[in-house]
Amino acid sequence: MSEGSRPETAPAITLEHVHKWYGSFHVLNDISLTVRRGERVVICGPSGSGKSTLIRCVNGLERHEKGRLIVNATELTPDVRSVERVRRDVGMVFQSFNLFPHLTVLENLVLAPVWVKKMPKAEAQRIALEYLGRVHIPEQANKYPGQLSGGQQQRVAIARALCMQPQIMLFDEPTSALDPEMIKEVLDVMVELAEGGMTMIVVTHEMGFARTVANTMVFMDGGTIVEMAPPETFFTAPSSERTRKFLSQILAH
Amino acid sequence: MSQPPVTETPDEIFAREEEPVDGLHKEEAPPRARGSVLGWMRANLFSSIPNTLVTIACAALLAVAVPPLIQWALVEAVWSAADPAQCRAAEGACWALIEQKHRFILFGLYPFDQHWRPLLAVALFVVAVAVSCHPGFWRPWLAVLWVCTLGICALLMWGGVLGLTFVETERWGGLPLTLILAAVGIVCAFPISIVLALGRRSEMPAVHALSVGFIELIRGVPLISVLFMASVMVPLFLPEGVTVNKLLRALIGIVLFTAAYLAEAVRGGLQSIPRGQFEAADALGLSYWQKTVLIILPQALKIAIPPIVNQFISMFKDTSLVIIIGLFDLLTTAKTALTDPPWRPFYVESYLFAGLIYWAFSFFMSRYSLFLERRLEAGAKRA
Repeated sequence: MSEGSRPETAPAITLEHVHKWYGSFHVLNDISLTVRRGERVVICGPSGSGKSTLIRCVNGLERHEKGRLIVNATELTPDVRSVERVRRDVGMVFQSFNLFPHLTVLENLVLAPVWVKKMPKAEAQRIALEYLGRVHIPEQANKYPGQLSGGQQQRVAIARALCMQPQIMLFDEPTSALDPEMIKEVLDVMVELAEGGMTMIVVTHEMGFARTVANTMVFMDGGTIVEMAPPETFFTAPSSERTRKFLSQILAH
Repeated sequence: MSQPPVTETPDEIFAREEEPVDGLHKEEAPPRARGSVLGWMRANLFSSIPNTLVTIACAALLAVAVPPLIQWALVEAVWSAADPAQCRAAEGACWALIEQKHRFILFGLYPFDQHWRPLLAVALFVVAVAVSCHPGFWRPWLAVLWVCTLGICALLMWGGVLGLTFVETERWGGLPLTLILAAVGIVCAFPISIVLALGRRSEMPAVHALSVGFIELIRGVPLISVLFMASVMVPLFLPEGVTVNKLLRALIGIVLFTAAYLAEAVRGGLQSIPRGQFEAADALGLSYWQKTVLIILPQALKIAIPPIVNQFISMFKDTSLVIIIGLFDLLTTAKTALTDPPWRPFYVESYLFAGLIYWAFSFFMSRYSLFLERRLEAGAKRA
């Protein structure tokens, strides 16, 4: 929290010296990061650098083993209730969409609001259709996920997370499994979401998107945060040699 | 039996609308297989030399086997005879045995003048099954229908009220007994097996150990020994004077045995669900039971339909092992019918009759599971 958190921008997510191991592999090594409300953080880095593990720790899909992790004033502890609390405020979008294939698009969207938030079904459907409109596929409500293209599925996944009206959205390589022509439609939705003021952590290699949307760029390697800077500095004058090398590789083509 | 669903699901309608309509490019129809019988035979029976040889061999085998079988079973068979001597004089099958003994084979030792009761119970049960099989009837009232049906069936079998004489379970036998064992076995074992399968995958050490222990213990011993234990051992542990009904003991044995096997079939289904499904449910904040019931089980059970039905069929036939504890199931009554000395030589006919009934029920289960698979397939996945 060293970055002088002003009162109106109370931190949404705070990681203090977070560690995690897979066996003897030190996947997260002393991660400290603060995400303020409304801030958009884009994390990039080579595969195996721990960036996915990092955001999966934020909603308790992976458990950190050392350090403190506070989301929306709730500290994630081994207590199941803390995880439940955090997940109510945090939406997540996965690389492989993970829509429920046995349910229609609308059923996918309505499920969690009805069962977790105990929302009346009619209201949940109204909200679901509204979000389907916002991700530009209102006409697909009664199809099954398997009938949609990858880009449409990922937009449904975004709408599904939004239906829980989260305060924070996590994106774990949301466009990596998509055919090139579908990447833009998903990124457009994410840009609109960012413009609406959503707090976001996005793991992605889409640097064009990062430049447009990010307040803060994070570069991870070997389980540590190597560089953290606003995009203008990050892309033009990175302080670390590793960042420079990574950027040159990724921006080369 | 396996009618295609009449109603059109919304996704089918959508799928049709989405078919590309291209005005400039005229769609070419796929080449049709030639309709002639000769063409079909050339393509399927005589397409190569090995295929031709196999075809000829099969035809020869059929030519040798089928005519004598028809001769025995139909042409020279004795269909009706009060005196078994007529059968012995004939060359063919003695279906007269069935004519004379079918009531004993079907209903065992149940009081002869009360046979209409088990008959009506079986008929009600079959109708209820038939109704339940139609997806159009998958409504809440189906549960009410089943409660009523089973209640009436129990009333008919036991009696003791409404002027019906009381018939103790020791005298139940034949087809009703086999159906009771199978139906109760399936209905009780299925939920237990789901709990066991979930338990085996549980991260709670005690639950996991209990599930694994139970499954491996029961799977490790033959059904006969489970039935024997249930029948002989259990009463030894009960206090003096307390008796558990023999039928109930057999049912407990069958349910436990079937549950252990089914649990492994269900676990196979659970294991084939990608991790992403669990994570997505977790990330949405669903509880363990919400996740399991709403997301995981519907998908896992669909995948596990073939092994589950396989287990149902296998268990249906395994009920014939209750002879070991002295219950008169269908196979036993078919055998017991032959203790009448003049009819003794005609065991083939008796077993064929029982076998045909077993086969009819098993074949129905098999076809219905195929229908169910196809229907669920059409519903969900178009990936």
